[in-house]
Amino acid sequence: MSLFTFKGGIHPPYEKELAKGSPIQTAGLPKSLTIPLVQHIGAPCAPVVEAGDVVKKGQLLGKGESFVSAPVHASASGKVKRIEKSLHPLGQPVLSVVLEPDGNEETAYMTPMGGDPGTLDPEAVKARVKDAGIVGLGGATFPAHVKFSPPKDKPIDTFILNGCECEPYLTADHRTMLERTDDMLLGAKMIGRILNVRRIIVAVENNKKDAIETCKKSAHAEGVEFSVTATKYPQGGEKMLIKAVLGREVPSGGLPMDVGVVVSNVGTAVAVCEAVRDGKPLIERVLTVTGNAAKSPGNWLVKIGTPIGEVVEQAGGTTGTVGKLIIGGPMMGIAQSSFEVPVIKGTSGILLLREEAYMKEGYLPCIKCSFCVQVCPTRLLPSRLSVLAEAEAWEKMEEYGVNDCIECGSCAYVCPSKRPIVQLVKAAKIKVREIKKRENA
Amino acid sequence: MGKEQSAMVLSISPHIKSKESVRRIMLSVIITLLPAVGYSIYQFGLHALFMYCISVATCLVSEWVVVRLRKRPFSLRDGSAIVTGILLAMVLPPKFPLYGVVLGAVVAIVIGKQIFGGVGYNIFNPALIGRAFLAATYPVFISSYVQPRMALDAVSQATPLAAMKFEGVMTSYRALFLGGTGGSLGETSALFLLVGAVYLLVKKYIKWRIPLSIFLTVAVLGEIFHLINPAKYPDPLFHLFAGGLMIGALYMATDMVTSPITKRGSVIFGCGIGVLVVFIRLLGGLPEGVMYAILFMNAFVPLINRATKPKIFGTGGRDER
Repeated sequence: MSLFTFKGGIHPPYEKELAKGSPIQTAGLPKSLTIPLVQHIGAPCAPVVEAGDVVKKGQLLGKGESFVSAPVHASASGKVKRIEKSLHPLGQPVLSVVLEPDGNEETAYMTPMGGDPGTLDPEAVKARVKDAGIVGLGGATFPAHVKFSPPKDKPIDTFILNGCECEPYLTADHRTMLERTDDMLLGAKMIGRILNVRRIIVAVENNKKDAIETCKKSAHAEGVEFSVTATKYPQGGEKMLIKAVLGREVPSGGLPMDVGVVVSNVGTAVAVCEAVRDGKPLIERVLTVTGNAAKSPGNWLVKIGTPIGEVVEQAGGTTGTVGKLIIGGPMMGIAQSSFEVPVIKGTSGILLLREEAYMKEGYLPCIKCSFCVQVCPTRLLPSRLSVLAEAEAWEKMEEYGVNDCIECGSCAYVCPSKRPIVQLVKAAKIKVREIKKRENA
Repeated sequence: MGKEQSAMVLSISPHIKSKESVRRIMLSVIITLLPAVGYSIYQFGLHALFMYCISVATCLVSEWVVVRLRKRPFSLRDGSAIVTGILLAMVLPPKFPLYGVVLGAVVAIVIGKQIFGGVGYNIFNPALIGRAFLAATYPVFISSYVQPRMALDAVSQATPLAAMKFEGVMTSYRALFLGGTGGSLGETSALFLLVGAVYLLVKKYIKWRIPLSIFLTVAVLGEIFHLINPAKYPDPLFHLFAGGLMIGALYMATDMVTSPITKRGSVIFGCGIGVLVVFIRLLGGLPEGVMYAILFMNAFVPLINRATKPKIFGTGGRDER
């Protein structure tokens, strides 16, 4: 059978063997939880609790007035110690609720709505997704209810459940598909109900044979389609996945809904299922602790707000000198300076890489080998973009499609000159935006 | 945990890199050139060995001096100066005076490469710049060829192309392919060059579209001329295996820095070279035109790149990079 895929992309060492065989374990209650009031793309939440308040597990801690926002909830019962700016995995300190768990685990969930997608009111389900604070768990953290609210003139015909997990090392989605198959499919059908789609397709890379086996059977029983894609990075990128599975190309500058598609991560579907059926807000998530500096790599169900360091301790600690602590995968994850940062909704993995010489090496001029041109999934000229960025030719970069870059890092991965192409592109995008703003002002 | 981890690196993603490096690419080029280099030393003796050594040494010294003067951090470790040194010697006649080699190597590195900004920035192939300079300054030496030790076809002292052009004498394919004809150090054996290039093609260190489009263009155009006047113009096979076409198409035109980055661009570039080679060889005043053809097309690379910019994903175009 020929596999679905896209043109370009790379085959990095996947290193999934480290953690893929280890079942999801539940991480213990930490001494203190730091729950940021921004864990999504969009407007920050304002706190609705005060220092000294006693809260129950699942109780609302903060919410935003804007539509593009996602509320945050207490991931354990306990006492609010303080509300202050704290370290955040994305870099900038963010207003956070510091919670001291009391260990009672008293819950204050929302009212369960039942688990039969056929009888649910789509609008009520969508409202529940919003109230539960669900965001895209693949790492992008875009509020799910916004994604599920396409404008009337953009009908959605297909919902793709993204189980590709193309980032090397990470296995959280893999384990979720294996262990939470039914909840995942139920969640997918609930999302399908909201979007009123004709097709629901689960897409998995062909390196997850056991998950494919397990999901395929259940999916067919549920009337959900199944699509096995080639193992290639970045197969799980929305645009690449839609192209691979449906042959549709999301227009430049557009969104999947422009071609009638919504894509969500498998973890998001499980969260939707729990929110609707059980009334449980998004207060914990599955993540992978892995890397060659992780003593015993594995997959963990972790409460949002748990410091990274505590998760790593529980998972057996580190071995050797940690050269890099990365939140997310090695291709698109974010390097951290501290083990104090908390797990947030978008934390798909904690990657511990041993110190190695290449991490501190400099880079050379572009030798125009064109490796990057061949792997770029959006058909850009990354080499050209990197040179233009060095020359600070921002306008020219826009012409060369800098805003179409999905920052997958395939170019920088293959670059023999080790050029920091993604870094240059990220900086350029900010500059281009600034220029646009000034022009429009 | 905490304090002791403060040395953690904070660079932007991706956090893993492939094993490819400029050094690795250059080393591969050097290694794949060695069979042809060894064969030329066997054929032309000690003087050839001296030429290689002097050329490489001069390139390294020139590079080092200029990099120092420009206060650049780039060291010689990338190996690109060694490649230039070997290639320069390969495109010079076997008995070329050693002081000439020194001069050519200095020009190749300083004018051909460093003036543009060093590795990655040069527009023209540095080794060919060196040779072009020597062709202008030592026109007699550059066209004085001697027969190799194992002359398979001892028709004259001239190269097969000169023999064809000025005397109307043809050289056998066997001699051309296996090596054993008069010519520059590296252009006498098509076989050894092809063997080395296969490895580079497999590793994708050279863009296969470039040599292929050069070969096809030369073959087709050569055939057309041959059909028009078989007595005057040689057949395509002669064109392919004579002179500098093999080394030019496989090792000079494919230089990453000075060739296009798009697939369509590579084809345009290769076809351009092919056309120029045949026209210079058959209609121009010189017996061989590979060097000028490549240098000429090098100048068009930025333009070709711009003209063949791929259609970005989601803009309606096909994938045609």
